[in-house]
Amino acid sequence: MYRSHVLVCAGTGCTSSGSDKIIENFKTEIQKAGLEDEVTVVSTGCHGLCAQGPIVVVYPDAVSYSMVRPEDVPEIVSEHLVKGRVVNRLLYIEDDGESTKALKDTDFYRLQTRVALRNCGVINPEDIDEYIGTGGYEALGKVLTEMTPDQVIETILASGLRGRGGAGFPTGMKWKFASGNRGKVKKYVCCNADEGDPGAFMDRSVLEGDPHVVLEAMAIAGYAIGSDQGYIYVRAEYPIAVQRLKIAIKQAHEYGLLGENIFDTGFNFDIELRLGAGAFVCGEETALMTSIMGKRGEPWPRPPFPAVRGLFQKPTILNNVETWANIPRIILNGPEWFSSIGTEKSKGTKVFAVNGKINNTGLVEVPMGTTLRTIIEDIGGGIPGGKKFKAAQTGGPSGGCIPAEHLDIPIDYDNLISIGSMMGSGGLIVMDEDTCMVDIAKFFLQFTVDESCGKCTPCRIGTKRLYEMLDRITKGQGTLEELDKMEELCHYIKDNALCGLGQTAPNPVLSTLRYFRDEYLAHIVDKKCPAGVCKALLSFKIDPELCRGCTLCARNCPADAIIGKVKEVHQIDQLKCIKCGACMDNCRFGAVHKE
Amino acid sequence: MKSLAELKAIRDRMQSQMNLRDDDDSKNIRVVVGMATCGIASGARPVLNRLAEDVQKENLTNVRVTQTGCIGLCQYEPIVEVYEPGKEKVTYVLMNPEKADEVVEQHLVRGNVLHKYTLNSTNL
Repeated sequence: MYRSHVLVCAGTGCTSSGSDKIIENFKTEIQKAGLEDEVTVVSTGCHGLCAQGPIVVVYPDAVSYSMVRPEDVPEIVSEHLVKGRVVNRLLYIEDDGESTKALKDTDFYRLQTRVALRNCGVINPEDIDEYIGTGGYEALGKVLTEMTPDQVIETILASGLRGRGGAGFPTGMKWKFASGNRGKVKKYVCCNADEGDPGAFMDRSVLEGDPHVVLEAMAIAGYAIGSDQGYIYVRAEYPIAVQRLKIAIKQAHEYGLLGENIFDTGFNFDIELRLGAGAFVCGEETALMTSIMGKRGEPWPRPPFPAVRGLFQKPTILNNVETWANIPRIILNGPEWFSSIGTEKSKGTKVFAVNGKINNTGLVEVPMGTTLRTIIEDIGGGIPGGKKFKAAQTGGPSGGCIPAEHLDIPIDYDNLISIGSMMGSGGLIVMDEDTCMVDIAKFFLQFTVDESCGKCTPCRIGTKRLYEMLDRITKGQGTLEELDKMEELCHYIKDNALCGLGQTAPNPVLSTLRYFRDEYLAHIVDKKCPAGVCKALLSFKIDPELCRGCTLCARNCPADAIIGKVKEVHQIDQLKCIKCGACMDNCRFGAVHKE
Repeated sequence: MKSLAELKAIRDRMQSQMNLRDDDDSKNIRVVVGMATCGIASGARPVLNRLAEDVQKENLTNVRVTQTGCIGLCQYEPIVEVYEPGKEKVTYVLMNPEKADEVVEQHLVRGNVLHKYTLNSTNL
């Protein structure tokens, strides 16, 4: 028995800032201090506050240290663990300048409701006993011994849970469609862990921090629809998640929680991993299943829907990681509990991966219906450098932007659709006044062009043409006539593409056109980029009033484009200038500006 | 594992450990051990460990055992303070592991303050 637990985040974010070294140092320092029988070090999943990582939490005091470096460890051990004195300089400091001891007291956590992430950062994901210690596998036990398969489906239906992968289809409905002919036909349960949106890392964090919840939920679904085989399709780019899933599956097998005759009820269920090779289209359900079958990841037209004919031509249900993470809690706490959270048509919570121009980059789980303002300003800590909020992109390359005027709309599936965006998987990219909306639309489209599988023409060629039009606009070569054509093409692609990737690809263009048409016009008519991003449309100038002739700009110019002698006003040769901005970054007198 | 009882056995075994990581407000009784140099020198470590162990054994989910620095009464170390909401702080002095067992059993489980070990019982 240990009197104190030191929890160190071993998620991808904190690992990349050295948490493995921190864990190692804690172990040696604790040994040195002779505390190895009193204090234990626990590697956990993501705590969510990735911007402040690596995060270390010491229990029972619940003191959280942020931005811990390996060399800070001896001090934490000798001061905190031996003498009980909190190391103040390492505490997480909130905006008001006061240091906060417990993470749960910070604005970042106070406004969150953690359901899917409840175990992330709390348990050791590589120890099944810790998962069981928080009530793990009790939901599976409950459904197998107390409930009929139909009751399980009714419970999920009554909870109002909708798919967290993007489209928001009611999960219980999906299960119901696949529930016919139990025991007579082979069926499959799949987990979509092919999280490919730029800026989204919710699923990764659940897999890294609480892998057993996914296994348990899939087994529950297996019982509900009458399937004995599950597949988790996870990206190979998530090595920590893959590793922890492997460990989790092995441990569940050892305990008999996966395999044959689970809880002596005659129910069999097994799960296998399939690694994706990094194609975005494989996050689309039909392409994902094609890939699991060992073929090239291409979608097929629906209907037939997977619930009728899916993996290996058998009825299949496919849910996203975050959806799975909600299932055991719904079984244990009841559907009424779950549906008491959220809005009328969107129940429960949603995890957002908040990033971009925001102070508290990280994972945030809030009840459906929370406003974007709360997420960005209160939880996210606002925008760095006092810059102005311009828009937020939800849904990644398939979603749209939300401008400042909609900051107070309660976020749920339907409201986001009504303002031209979508929930998507939960990536939330914040943009400030320095972001050019045409450039952003171009960025997302470039992504789609790269990731289009090429099977259908509207997506393969349409997105490419769309990208070229955007490219011309950012170079100042666009025309108003082309803008109209571009809109027409967007609608054509939306209506005709084969799968979700193509159908949603024009969304970033359409939503920026809807809210920021003036920026498009500025690029086309005035040949200006208001945010000062599109290089072809801006020029760097030196203000003769402010220039002191220090030569710093000229010495740092990689193109030798700055002319001028010492102590004389310098000038930029616009023909030679490559617009890299080095002169502006180096000028100490603020004499260089772009226009 | 073939039964829910086996699952429950693991959960019960783990629960006391997992309880340590609760940071919600249900843990409203704080037991604080002075762990400055003076405290450690007079044997506060075994006291702290015994308290933590007993609290976990008794599964007292509302108790948090933590440490603090020097309380200022070095000759009375090891000192253990018990904070309960709405009640006056109780300070136990000159503690040892055996007395710690008694404090957990009598005070924390049953709610009887062990006056014979408190600061008030001394001639200070």
